[in-house]
Amino acid sequence: MSKSYYDAADLRKFGKITEWSEDLGNKFFEYYGKVFEEGALTAREKSLIALAVAHTEQCPYCIDAYTKDGLQRGITKEEMMEAIHVGAAIKSGATLVHGVQMMNKVNKLEM
Amino acid sequence: MATKSLKARNNDIANTSRQMEILSSGIFADGELPTFAVKIKETNQFPLRPKKLEILQINLGYMCNQVCEHCHVDAGPDRKEIMTIDTMNQCLEVIKNTGAHTLDLTGGAPEMNPNFRWFVEEASKAGIKDFIVRSNLTIIRANKKYYDLPEFFKKHNVHVVSSMPHWTRGKTDKQRGNGVFDKSIKALQELNDVGYGVKGSALKLDLVYNPSGAFLPGDQMALENDFKKALKADFNIDFHSLFAITNLPISRFLDYLIASENYEDYMYSLVDAYNPSAVENVMCTNTLSVSWDGYLYDCDFNQMLNLKVASKVKHIADYNEEILQNRNIIINQHCYGCTAGAGSSCQGVVA
Repeated sequence: MSKSYYDAADLRKFGKITEWSEDLGNKFFEYYGKVFEEGALTAREKSLIALAVAHTEQCPYCIDAYTKDGLQRGITKEEMMEAIHVGAAIKSGATLVHGVQMMNKVNKLEM
Repeated sequence: MATKSLKARNNDIANTSRQMEILSSGIFADGELPTFAVKIKETNQFPLRPKKLEILQINLGYMCNQVCEHCHVDAGPDRKEIMTIDTMNQCLEVIKNTGAHTLDLTGGAPEMNPNFRWFVEEASKAGIKDFIVRSNLTIIRANKKYYDLPEFFKKHNVHVVSSMPHWTRGKTDKQRGNGVFDKSIKALQELNDVGYGVKGSALKLDLVYNPSGAFLPGDQMALENDFKKALKADFNIDFHSLFAITNLPISRFLDYLIASENYEDYMYSLVDAYNPSAVENVMCTNTLSVSWDGYLYDCDFNQMLNLKVASKVKHIADYNEEILQNRNIIINQHCYGCTAGAGSSCQGVVA
C-alpha cells in the first residue's frame, strides 16, 4: 500500500476503474465525456465550473486536472481564482444561510 | 528571464547528444512508456516516409532579438550561426528546380540575416510565389532599419506567420520577455495598416500560439476565437488564422521541463494524447528543412537535434530531390509532440 492517501500519479490510472466493473465504468466515462462537450455552455465555461467544484469538493486530482485544462484553454489565472471564489462564496453562504435555521430555533425555544 | 542562450551559458542541454540521451532513457528505456517507433508500428506507419515535397523550410540563422523561455532553436542575440550568401546561392539553385511550391523562412529572427531581403528578392525572381516568413513581430520595432518590413513583406506578398502566446500582456511577457507584448501589438497594428490580416485580404497574417508551460494547446478553433475577440476588442487587431502548436521536448523547453520537474508528466501527456491519424500529415512528410550551414533535415526539430536526413544527400550543395524523397524519416520520442491531439506542425493542426 502507498504511504499516503493521495498520489498524483493515480490520476493517470483513473481509467482503470472500468477493470473491476466494466459496464458501469464505461457508462460513467461516456457520460463524463458528454457532459464536457460544447453545448448550451461552452467547453471553456464548463472547465471553470469544474475547477470551482473541484475546490469545493476538495478533490486534489480534479484540481490538478482542471487547472491544467484551464491553462490549455488559455484561461488566465485571474479567471481561475475568481471561479474559485464563486465556489468559496457558495460554500460560506451555504454555511451562513443555515444561521437562519439557528435563529428560527432560538426564537422558538426562547421565551 | 534568461537573456543568454543555453549555448552561451554552457548548459548541458545545449549538447544535442545529451538531449538524445534524455529522450531515449528513463521512462522510455524501462518500458513505462512506448517509444515513438513502437507506437507508430501499432498502426503500420513505420518507417515514416516522405510524401510529395511541398515546402522548403530554410533556417536563415539562429540569431534573434529575443530569448524565449521555450525556444527549441535556443536562439538569441548571442548566436552567431547565420546563413552566408554562398549557401543562399546554393539554395537558390535548388529553388529553381524543386517541385516544392512554398519557401518557408525561419530562424532565429530570419529578418536579422543581413542578406534576408536580397534572398527574398532573388527567390521571387527564381519563381517562388508562396513565401512564408516566421516573424517574431518585435523585430519590426527593434530598430529603425526594420520599420519598413511590413511594406517589404507586402511587396513580395509574403505570408507572415507570427508568434503570439496569449492575448494578455502578463502571459506573453513571461514567455517571451518584458515589453514583448506591447511591441508585438504595435507590429500587428502596423501589419494591419498595410493590409495584412484584414478580412478578405490576400496579404495573409496568421498567428502561432504555443503554450507557455508544461501543458498542451487546447482546441485550435476555440483559441482562435478567443484571440480574435480579445485582440479586436482591446487593440482593434485583425488576423486570419491561429495555429496552435505543441512545444516539443527539446532544447530550452526540455531544459525547462527537467528543471521544473515536469518532464515525465509532460511525456505522459504527449503519449496519452497520441493520435495515429495525425501521423499521416506531420510536417516532415511534405517539408525539408535546411540549416544555416546548408545541411538537410526532416524538420526544424531534427535540425536542432543535429539529426541530418538519412540519405546519401545530406547537403544543399548535393541536392537531389529524387534521392532525398526515397528516405526514411528519422524519428525519436520528441516526435510525440507533433502527433498529440489534433496534431501539430508549423501549419497548425494536421488531423
